[in-house]
Amino acid sequence: MFIIGELINGMYANIARAIKERDKSEVQKCALEQIENGADALDINCGAASKQPHIDMSWLVETVQEVTDKPLSLDSSKIQVIEAGLKAAKNKTIINSVTADSEKLDNIIPLAKEYNSQLIGITISKKGIPQNKDQRLELAATIVGACIEKSFPVDSLFLDPIVLPVNVAQAQLKDILESIRDFKIISDPPPKTTLGLSNVSQGTNARSLINRTFLVMAVAYGLDSAILDPKDKELMDALITAELILNKNIYCESYLNAYRRK
Amino acid sequence: MVLQLMTERWTGEVSAVTIGAAAKDGGTRAYSIKIGGEKSLPCLFKEGTLPNKPQVAFEVFDVAPNDWPNEVLKPYGKSVNDPLEWAQMCVQDFKARSLCIRLLGAHPDFGNKSSEEEAQLIKKLLEKVSVPLIILGSGDDAKDNLLLPAISEAAKGECCLIGPAVQDNYKTIVAAALADGHCVIAESPIDVNIAKQLNILISDMGLPLERVVINPTIGALGYGLEYAYSIMERARLAALSGDKTLASPFICFVGQEAWRAKESKIETLPEQGIIWEVLTATALIQAGADLLIMRHPKAIEKVNRYIDNLMTNDRTQSSK
Repeated sequence: MFIIGELINGMYANIARAIKERDKSEVQKCALEQIENGADALDINCGAASKQPHIDMSWLVETVQEVTDKPLSLDSSKIQVIEAGLKAAKNKTIINSVTADSEKLDNIIPLAKEYNSQLIGITISKKGIPQNKDQRLELAATIVGACIEKSFPVDSLFLDPIVLPVNVAQAQLKDILESIRDFKIISDPPPKTTLGLSNVSQGTNARSLINRTFLVMAVAYGLDSAILDPKDKELMDALITAELILNKNIYCESYLNAYRRK
Repeated sequence: MVLQLMTERWTGEVSAVTIGAAAKDGGTRAYSIKIGGEKSLPCLFKEGTLPNKPQVAFEVFDVAPNDWPNEVLKPYGKSVNDPLEWAQMCVQDFKARSLCIRLLGAHPDFGNKSSEEEAQLIKKLLEKVSVPLIILGSGDDAKDNLLLPAISEAAKGECCLIGPAVQDNYKTIVAAALADGHCVIAESPIDVNIAKQLNILISDMGLPLERVVINPTIGALGYGLEYAYSIMERARLAALSGDKTLASPFICFVGQEAWRAKESKIETLPEQGIIWEVLTATALIQAGADLLIMRHPKAIEKVNRYIDNLMTNDRTQSSK
C-alpha cells in the first residue's frame, strides 16, 4: 500500500500557523513524523484560508524537501498553485488532483508530462459528484481516455472514486468500494487507485474506527494507495493486518514491527 | 515467429554473506567464500544476476560419528577418529573449499567434552587447515550456551559461520557472534513464519542480516524434500519481493538427511546412498540452496561438477 500522509494541510491549526509565521520546524516535524510512521509520500495542501496559495505552496514544498526526498502530493484544485509546487519541487511529485472535465484534463495532463509527475484523477465533474458506480466508471474512463490520448502513462495515474461521509451518503459507500475494483478493468496496464480516507468519517463521532474499517474493506477491493493519517496507529495496524490476510506479506509473530521496519 | 520470454522483475535481493576472513580482513583463512546475493529465483539467469555459486562444505565431527553408514565412513578410513586428520584429508585429498565441524562430542550423551577442550580443538583446526569454517554446537541447548561462546572466542576474527541459533535459544550465540565477528545460522523447523521471526529477533540484537544464514531444515529425497522445497521457494519469493527479514542465503544439511534415509543404508546397494545425497543436493540447489553441508566425497564431487556445469553453461548462453 502506497501511503500518502495527509497532515501537512492548512486546515489544521498547527500548519495554518506555521504557514502564516513561516515556521519551518513545525512543518518539517510533521513531515518526519509521518514518514517515521509509514508514509511513502506526503500530501501538501496550504488550506482554503491561504491568501497567496501559490507562494505558500512553494514555501511548503521547499520546507519539506529540506528534510526528505519522499514524493510530494501537491494538493490543490487551482492549476497555478500546482504549477508553483511543481516548479519548487526537486522530489518526485504527484499532482492532486484533476477532475474529469475536459478543460482541466487538457491543462493538467500536459503539466504532469512536462514535470514527469504522477497524477491523481478524481471521478467528479462540473456536473457534480456521481450518484452511482456507473457514473463513476464513466468519469474514470474519461480521465483514462484523456491520459491515453495525450500519451500520459496510465500506470502513473491514480484514480480516486471520491469517498463521501457515511452520515451523508451511506448508500453510496458500497458502490465506491466496487468502483475501486471496476477501475482496474478500464485499461491495460490498469490505473492505480487511491482515496482520501478521512472523508468517510467526516462529522461522525467514531472517526478512527470508521476510517480503519473502511480502509480494510477498500484494501480487500484492491486499493493501491490512500491519503490518510499515518500517525493513527490503530489505522496502520489494521492496514498491515489486512495486507497480511491478503497474503501480501509473510506472517510472523512480530509482523507489525516487521512491516514497519521495511 | 520470435519467441518472447515472459520475465519477472524483482525489487528485492538476497543478502550476500561472506564466510572466512583472510589476512587482509584480520583472519588467517587462505580465502573467503561468498554466498547469496541472488536477484532472481534459482537458475533463472535471464531474470537477474546470480552472482555467487552454491558452495559445498565437507562435514567433519569432533568424535567418530556413531550413526554414519559404512559406505560414507569408508572413504575417510581411520581418520574419522581424529578430527584434525579428518579435516586435513578433506582439504588435501578431496579438495574441500570449506569445512563444517560439528562438536557432537560436547553433547552430554556423546562424551560431554568441556568447552575448553573444544575451544582448543578449534584453535588447532584453524592452524591445520586454512579453509573457511562452519562450526556447529553439540545440539544440546544448555551445553551449547556454554560451548559456543568459548568456540566463538577461540575463532575470533576468522568470520566463521556458527550455529545453530533457534527461536528459544539465540541470544547467547548471537551475542558471541557479534563480539567476535562471526556469522550465525538461524534454524527454524521447516516453518517460514518462524524463520522470519527468528531473523527479526536476531537483527533486533544488532547483528546485521548480512551476517545471517537461514537453515530452513530440509528433508531428503522421499522424506519431505518437496515440503522443504516449497518453504524455501516461499521465503525466496518474499525476499525477492523486498522482504529483507527473509532475504538470507540458505544452508542445507544435505548429508545428515540423505544418509539417514533407509534407502542409503542398504549394504547390497553401496552406491545408492551417494545417489541419494546427490539428488537431494541438486534438487535443493534448484530450490535456492546456497551452502550445502555434505558427507560423501564422491557425492560432493558430482554435485560440484553439477554446479560448475549449471552456472557456466547458462552464463555462456546469456552472453550470446
